[in-house]
Amino acid sequence: MHFTLRVWRQKNAQDTGHFEIYDIDGVSPDASFLEMLDVLNEKLIKQGREPVAFDHDCREGICGSCGMFINGRAHGPLRNITTCRLYMRHFRDGETITIEPFRAKSFPVIKDLVVDRSALDKIVQAGGYISVNTGSSPDANSIPVPKPAADLAFTYAACIGCGACVAACKNASAMLFTAAKVAHFAMLPQGQPERRQRVKRMVAQMDKEGFGHCTNTGACAVECPAKIPLTAIAQLQRDFIWANLSPDPHAASSS
Amino acid sequence: MATTTSPTKGAWLHTTVGRKVLMAATGLFLITFLVVHLAGNLLLLRNDGGAAFNAYAEFMSTNPLIRVLEIGLFAGFVVHIYQGLYFIFTERRARPKGYTLNQASANSNIFSRTMRLSAVVVLVFLVVHLRHFFVEHRLLGTPLTMYESCKIAFENPYYSAFYVLSMVLLAFHLAHGFYSGFQTLGLVLNKRIERLLKWGAAGFAFLVPLGFAIIPMYFLLSKYL
Ligand code: HEM
Ligand code: SF4
Ligand code: FES
Repeated sequence: MHFTLRVWRQKNAQDTGHFEIYDIDGVSPDASFLEMLDVLNEKLIKQGREPVAFDHDCREGICGSCGMFINGRAHGPLRNITTCRLYMRHFRDGETITIEPFRAKSFPVIKDLVVDRSALDKIVQAGGYISVNTGSSPDANSIPVPKPAADLAFTYAACIGCGACVAACKNASAMLFTAAKVAHFAMLPQGQPERRQRVKRMVAQMDKEGFGHCTNTGACAVECPAKIPLTAIAQLQRDFIWANLSPDPHAASSS
Repeated sequence: MATTTSPTKGAWLHTTVGRKVLMAATGLFLITFLVVHLAGNLLLLRNDGGAAFNAYAEFMSTNPLIRVLEIGLFAGFVVHIYQGLYFIFTERRARPKGYTLNQASANSNIFSRTMRLSAVVVLVFLVVHLRHFFVEHRLLGTPLTMYESCKIAFENPYYSAFYVLSMVLLAFHLAHGFYSGFQTLGLVLNKRIERLLKWGAAGFAFLVPLGFAIIPMYFLLSKYL
């Protein structure tokens, strides 16, 4: 297959950046999108030019590092998929493919298509954990969890932190990411002690990192490779309203 | 989380999520008002020279209970518009540099992506509308009856065209807002409720603005036909 690639090139965060056009020939329809970029980079290196920097690691859809904006979509033209699991047969032969980095104030470009997503880590650090006493591992099933709650917790825990939700959102909101964590712990007994604080802190951190608000367009859930459902956001909303409006039973003892 | 920071009371309403909760609560309240408003307006279509409509207008502007509700309505609009303008003015803050190519239509519907546009049109409409009816009747005390005011306004093709266009944009606002408000309040518990609300929103957003828009069209047509 033959493609014309329009690739965003940017030396570093300070550089203004620009598009460069590359022609690529003889691409196998079964090549993944990242493999196609590998072929391009080999060609560029042979010509003594700078290869295109892009993030990747597992190449099987579990690490969440391969984020890029392909033909106007986060992770390309298919729904609920990572870039590494996108194949060239999903494109038309001869097509022009535009490749940009994820764009958000909170995701500064490091180089070319690589962005810094540590703002998401800071949201997790603000509350995406539980307190446990370390020691010998507890007996299995010592804390009973109802099956439906366990299933939902599992659904929400699937987030791979790829940032596609932020990239696809018209407001660059990190609500689906944040809500996945909040809703995951809200389902489980282990998540209860910090439940009020968690949602407040994670929302505050989300704002502090400069992510936008949620308009409920649902674009995030369409592009999310982990298929995190919008019910996660509804759960965050309920928890946030409840944590701020109902009296905290522990407030008196902690002050 | 040993130390609990205790932020000032009400600080949560300044977070993006808190602001949206205010918008959703006031937005859904405004939706109930639209239904009442429409029910009254439809009296304009009765062929009684405006008797029923004038009686209704008289009741609405003198009944003490309505007075109180009117203050609530006004407050609802102020909060909704204030938060709306906040989001409109901070639109590009989280993404200063946009995409060169963006296929947003592949992952979201047009109504949800044009909330700010529909909001601005509805806001302009609201100002013109209040100037024409509320200010004229309640503050300036025009000698015209409410029916006569409506007749003059709606027989003006420019006013009517502006009115109908505004209702189209109100339909846009409601087509997403109706569902979105429930989601913001955390009430969309599952896919079934989501589907139900989205269908409900579509029906509501089509019928209510249509009901409003029929009235100027009726006056215009009866004048010229
Ligand atoms: C009768 C009039 C109106 C009704 C019934 C109404 C209703 C609603 C509802 C239910 C929502 C959804 C809230 C949510 O997503 O949680 C909404 C959103 C919104 N409204 Fe209104 N609204 C009205 C007028 C206005 C006006 C005059 C403005 C002007 C500033 C405005 C600005 C907005 C904006 C900007 C949003 C979207 C916020 C976002 O980005 O998420 N609305 N409206
Ligand atoms: S919620 Fe989905 S799209 Fe967002 S970071 Fe997690 S896996 Fe990626
Ligand atoms: S490279 Fe790991 S998810 Fe794509």
